[in-house]
Amino acid sequence: MGALLEARNLVKHYGSVEALRGASFEVRAGEVVALIGDNGAGKSTLVKCLSGAEQPDSGEILLDGQPVALDSPTRARQLGIETVYQDLAVAPELDPAANLYLGRELRRGGLLGRLGMLDKAEMRRRASEHFRTLGVQVQSLDVPIGALSGGQRQGVAVARAVVWANKVVFMDEPTAALGVVQRERVLDVIRRVRDTGVAVVLISHNMPEVQAVADRVEVLRLGRRVARFTAADVRLEQLVGAMTGALSQEDAA
Amino acid sequence: MSDNAGTTNGSGVTDTGKSTVDTEGARGLPRRTTWQRLVGASTFWIGLVLVALYVVFSVLRPDAFPTLYNFQTLLIEAAVLLVLSVGMTFVIITSGIDLSVGSVLVFSGVAGAMTMEAVSPDGDATQAGAGTIAIGLLLSLASGAAWGLLNGLLIARFRIPPLIVTLGSFGAALGAAQLLTGGVDVRTVPSALRDSLGFGQTLQVPHMVLVAAAVTMFGAWLLHTTKFGRYTYAIGSNEEAARRVGISVTRHLVLVYTFVGLLAGLAGFMSLAYFGTTTLGGHSTDNLNSIAATVLGGTSLFGGVGTVLGTVFGVFIPAVLQKGFVIVGVQPFWQPIAVSVVLVAAVWFDQRRRRARDSGR
Repeated sequence: MGALLEARNLVKHYGSVEALRGASFEVRAGEVVALIGDNGAGKSTLVKCLSGAEQPDSGEILLDGQPVALDSPTRARQLGIETVYQDLAVAPELDPAANLYLGRELRRGGLLGRLGMLDKAEMRRRASEHFRTLGVQVQSLDVPIGALSGGQRQGVAVARAVVWANKVVFMDEPTAALGVVQRERVLDVIRRVRDTGVAVVLISHNMPEVQAVADRVEVLRLGRRVARFTAADVRLEQLVGAMTGALSQEDAA
Repeated sequence: MSDNAGTTNGSGVTDTGKSTVDTEGARGLPRRTTWQRLVGASTFWIGLVLVALYVVFSVLRPDAFPTLYNFQTLLIEAAVLLVLSVGMTFVIITSGIDLSVGSVLVFSGVAGAMTMEAVSPDGDATQAGAGTIAIGLLLSLASGAAWGLLNGLLIARFRIPPLIVTLGSFGAALGAAQLLTGGVDVRTVPSALRDSLGFGQTLQVPHMVLVAAAVTMFGAWLLHTTKFGRYTYAIGSNEEAARRVGISVTRHLVLVYTFVGLLAGLAGFMSLAYFGTTTLGGHSTDNLNSIAATVLGGTSLFGGVGTVLGTVFGVFIPAVLQKGFVIVGVQPFWQPIAVSVVLVAAVWFDQRRRRARDSGR
């Protein structure tokens, strides 16, 4: 099966700093790929390039085998690529349904809709359904999500990305601020999303978590992909070795 | 389920049906009842304070306070401030502030009045008809909106803090109004305007109040049911999040400040109709009064929270106190003191609420 989203030889400079030096990456439909690497390996930059937040200086990005230009996050979202940010990008004063539909509000039919009136009841109903199918637990749909626990808030943030993503979801450390139980919930959501055929890219520093949820692992080091593993038969030492440079599989791709 | 079974099997009573059945999955999350929503809303309690004040003064002076005349003047005198405060509610919900509303009101009144004079014979607009009045209204609205647009562009596009931008236009708009008039109030306001809008009534409802009520209802509709309102909350709640989901934050903020400017322009025209003069020196504290009313009404200075109804209560609490103190014979100087205490307490509660929430539950 071919790659759903693929990056080939991406190069990105920030002034004199080379964040990506010919990085490659691929993710297939219906799999969870963990993107790991030490600090400064270029993970964030790579994700920014693939989610439209930054443009690479050179290299190619292919979606479904076709070259695409992801010139803005909006463009990436139109193509079905969503991102869950590390710092919860939710509006704490709005309720879960409003957050889920933020920027994509449903309007009423007819004249009232054209005047900009929202169909709150329908958004609430559908949001409740989405949360249920994703297994995201939300105490109440009527409170601002700032009043929910960290895990529930993150659940809403994840749901917002995956509900709209029909191709790829990037998750930058989605469990970093969570407790054990909440972390498990988010990982469950990730698995459910994968089972719907969407590709999930997980950036994480937590190796046990990577081994628990990922199907494959791609390792970045100094702005380049240095190794690829199948998660099921990779050992922790191999991952750490690849990250630190003690072990290298791939030549400059 | 297992521990639940453990507590019930001793008695032999099978009341396990009471255990937490997962109805959420089947029917969606339970909706709160209307009563629960009502009591949970700070607006409800603010409204209760207003009603209580009204009742207290009515009991103290049943002959003088709860009269139709007193009620009408209460409403008329609050009408201009209400129009300003509806706009202020939008601005504060975006976590902004607008100090310029009073000056923009004066400038718009001057622009409207001078235009009406200019198109009237001998520069005296007193006898002017509907056409002239319409031109005056248009000029007032346009100049209000222009100041708002300027504020919005400086704040959203040039990223200058709203406090500084509107402090600037607070001074500049009043200065410009004084330059235009040479510091002397324009006094020839069409009597047709004064009779229709300023003192006119329909079925005992003053027209000033009708206009203010219409603005308030439009504001409530815009804020609470439309996408425009939703984005206003979203930007105040988390500007970065709004940006990331593709909301055009710059454009929206410019629109919000233009809207409040437009309302200040309308308020300027209403003030013109009511006072029959441009009242150059009379609006230096309108900004603080409308901010106080908005915050008193439960709108958070940190953004993301607020209602138009709350602002209505926030406008009338100081107004009722003022009227009540005068009628009851308490020195009215107590009014600003009482309002200030309530205001500071309201903000203190808001901050405690936020801190309790942010300290991570």
